Formats: sequence, structure tokens, C-alpha cells
Amino acid sequence: MTDHALRELYQEVILDHSRHPRHYGVLEGANHKAEGYNPLCGDKVTVYLQLDAEGRVADIKFEGKGCAISQASASMMVDMLKGRSQAEAEKLMTGFLHLVKGEDASDLPEDDRERLDVMGGISEFPMRVKCATLAWHTYKNAVEEGAQ
Amino acid sequence: MNAPANIKAFDAKAARADFEILSRTVYGKPLVYLDSGASAQKPRVVLDTMRDFAQTDYANVHRGVHYLSAAATDRYEAARETVAKFLNAPSVDNIVFTKGGTEAINLVSYSWLAPLIQPGDEIVLTVMEHHSNIVPWHFLRERAGAVLKWVDVRDDGSLDIEALDAAITPKTKLVAITHMSNVLGTITPLADIVARAHAKGVPVLVDGCQGAVHEIVDVQALDVDFYAVTGHKLYGPTGIGVLYAKKAHLKAMRPFNGGGEMIREVSKDRVTYADPPARFEAGTPPIIESVGLAAALDYLSGFDRAAVTAHEHDLLAYAREQVRQFNWLRVIGDAPGKGAILSFEADGMHAHDLATILDREGVAVRAGHHCAQVLMERFDVASTSRASFALYNNRADVDALVEGLAKARSILI
Repeated sequence: MTDHALRELYQEVILDHSRHPRHYGVLEGANHKAEGYNPLCGDKVTVYLQLDAEGRVADIKFEGKGCAISQASASMMVDMLKGRSQAEAEKLMTGFLHLVKGEDASDLPEDDRERLDVMGGISEFPMRVKCATLAWHTYKNAVEEGAQ
Repeated sequence: MNAPANIKAFDAKAARADFEILSRTVYGKPLVYLDSGASAQKPRVVLDTMRDFAQTDYANVHRGVHYLSAAATDRYEAARETVAKFLNAPSVDNIVFTKGGTEAINLVSYSWLAPLIQPGDEIVLTVMEHHSNIVPWHFLRERAGAVLKWVDVRDDGSLDIEALDAAITPKTKLVAITHMSNVLGTITPLADIVARAHAKGVPVLVDGCQGAVHEIVDVQALDVDFYAVTGHKLYGPTGIGVLYAKKAHLKAMRPFNGGGEMIREVSKDRVTYADPPARFEAGTPPIIESVGLAAALDYLSGFDRAAVTAHEHDLLAYAREQVRQFNWLRVIGDAPGKGAILSFEADGMHAHDLATILDREGVAVRAGHHCAQVLMERFDVASTSRASFALYNNRADVDALVEGLAKARSILI
């Protein structure tokens, strides 16, 4: 049981994202940026965004340091947000937050749900939910307050 | 020293049975508690004493003329006596009850040093201080222009006493140093430090939150000016700590909190203050906690302390030896004679992932920066995992830790 929960949390997809984060680095020409920091564990994530005139995520990258969960979550997030409108991104974020807290995430589109499902294991580890949500809150911050 | 006559030999196995929480399980596995450096578990006698006191003799202190108020005041002041003995303070008047070690250090910063500080005056610290012995001095840097002078540690975590000596200049107003690092386990040579600082006329504040747990403290022999202690690491309750200070310093200190109990007389245009230590104990103090702290100190002092330390050192040495098999693990802090704390970093495994996996094995360790970010920077790590040992731990706890580490490796790498 215990082992199952752990293997669920640290499944290969997550470890792979944390070891080989996608879209990692500084985004040249970013027009939005925010830094997220979890003082409890020192996890750090910087999200760089290029929003087009309609607010669509034209491009997105991140940099960060921290635990496997925080970095994998950031990597998956940038992977999924690219090309989304603000309304879509918002919906994705809400669904994700529900998912990691073990709440109903059925309003997520089927595709998104399937991709994010690997993060569902985190709901068994309440102390680690903040690690998973750091990147998403940082993204939101970049959109709302991080205009460069 | 002032050891009670009824001291008993230390039997680690029997002592472990005094801590009921250690017989519980987490996630179906026996609890292996290796986070006593953050907060120690409490023996039955502490919990019973607090409960008994609350059920029989409790009331507010120093106020009422009624029976219970007198009884509670007696217990509160008896607790002060117990603390004075534990630290070998010359008098109960050297002992100020605070809400914890942090408040004790803040009290010195605010009440003693702040009024003395001129821009450019220096405070000497080491890089291994806990934030509670850094931030109160940052306040004086921000607000009064004080300069913080940092003394490095060697790569093994030991203190370079010559570097400390060299950092003390005619501008130095205080040396603020830990007795025992909460990350490295390093024990600092306090007598030597104090002698060198005093030779230059500089007082010394010691953060004893870890040190008082593992070392016998004699504030008079050490000749320290201030010694801060917290109750909950000493097997006592939260919400109570102690500042020991020399009388001359206490007399010079301005009040910190204002309120009841700390005054002599209050009128519309005038206030005079009570003598120390009451001057620094405004408001209703942690009364039940004081009684619990006294019980904890009596409990600890009831053992042959040298045997307790030897037991903890044996666990540390055993753990140190066991983790040598992991070539992917780096121990941070190997100072000679260090106390029973093992901090480490593991290749490719973040401390929080490691701690999560250990947790599921029932093993509680601390992961993070340990409120010592300056030290993390010194060793170029974002965070470490820390196993800290107490009198109730045993070799089976170490074995569980080692097995958990191997398992974490198998899951994460």
C-alpha cells in the first residue's frame, strides 16, 4: 500500500520530467515573467511567458531548482500551456489544483486529464501539494502581475 | 557540578519506554523519530506533571492572594529555580522566562543591544547560526546601521577560532554564536571563545537551543553573558524558553513587552518597572509550561548526562559508519567531537523527495534549509536532509534510516 503510493507519486513520467525538463531556460523576448519560491523547502521556479495580443500563450519556458515534484510539475505545465488561450489555461489550472488535492477534476478536458493524471498521486501526500502547485501559481502571477 | 544525589545510570532502553509516542506506528510502520533537533518528544513525567498541576494547583501567578494563586506562584518560581540549577546560574534572578529561544535572543537584541548600537558598530556571527540568531541582528543592521561580521567554518564544519578572534575589533559590540549547530552538529569551544571576546571587552551571547540538550551547561564556568534556551527541544513543552543573562546586563536592559507584572507603579503620566527578571515577563507567562519544563529538566538531570551523551555519540558514529556504504551520499559536518546530528545530501535526490520516501517507511527526518540559509550557501547546497538523535533513539532507528535511504535510491534513481 505504502509502496504503491510512493511508486504512484514517483512514477517514471514524473522522474523523467524532473531529470529532463521540457522548455527549460530563459525565454528571449518574454513579455511576462514571475519568480516563485517556496521558503519551506527552497523550491524555486521562474516562468517566462510570451503572451500575444489576445493573451494566448505564444511561448513559455521555465527555470528552476528543487524537488522532483516541483520541477516535474513545472515541466509538464509549460509543455501543456503552450498555445493556450487564457480561458483554457485558467481551466487547466483549476482542474490541476483539484486533481492534486484529490478533488473532483472531471471538468478537465479528457486529453488534459489523461496527461495530468500522473500528478494525481500527489493527493496522497498533502505536505507535498505545494511543491506541485508552485509552478502554476507562478504562471498565474506572471500573467497577472509580471508584465515586463 | 551541581548534580543531584539521586542520579541514576542511563539505561537507553528503559528511557525509550518513557516516551509513549515512540510506540505508535505511522503508515503501518513503527515510528522512527529522527527529528528531535526540530522538537523532542516528551516523556510521560512531563505530560503527567503538567496535567497534575493544571488539575490541582493552577491559577494565575503573582496576582491573587488566594490559595491557588500562591500555589501556582510557588511552582512557577520553583521552575525558575530548577532552570537556574540546570544552567548553574548564580541566582534565580538571572533567569527570564520567554516564549522560546527565539524570543530570548530577540529580547537581547531589542532590550540590551539596540540602545547601545551606533552606526558602524559590529556584531560577530558565524555562518552556522540558526535564523533565530541572525535575523534579530539583521534588525539592528537595518534599523541602526550595525555591521554583521561573519566568521566562516572549515570544510568539516568546525569553527576556526583564530578567524573568530580576528573578527573581533574595537568596534565589536557582541559575539553571537551557537553552542551547537542545528545542521552540522558542531560544538563550539565556548570557554575559549568567551575568554578571547572578554579579553577585548566584548560580551558573548550563546544560542543554546541545541547545545543545552546535549552538553552540560555551566554558565558561570563558561562565563557567557547571555545563554538562550528553548523548552521543547529539551524534552519539555512548547511555548516556553529561557534567557540567562548576567545581572549587570539585565539591569541595563530596557523593557521589551509592556503590560501586567513587569511594572512597579503605573499612573497617568509615569511608569516605573519591576526589577529583573519580572521586568521582562509582561503578561501572564506560560505557567503550565514552566512546570513542564522543570519536569523535563529534572528528568534529563536525573540521568548521568555523560552517559546520555555517550549514547547519542554512539548512534551518530554508527550512522556515520553505516552511510559510508552509499557513495552517492555526502555528509555535511564532520567536526571533531560534534553532537548527534547527521546532515547529508544525496546525488540526484532532493531532500524533500528523500524525506517523503523515508516518511512512508516511518522514518521522520528534517529536510530543507533548517533555518540556516547562510550555512546552506556556505556549503553550496539548497537543502539537506537531517537525522538528529536524542536519548531515546537506538541502533534500530539508524538501521531503519539506512534501509529507507537505499529504498529512496531505488525509487528515485
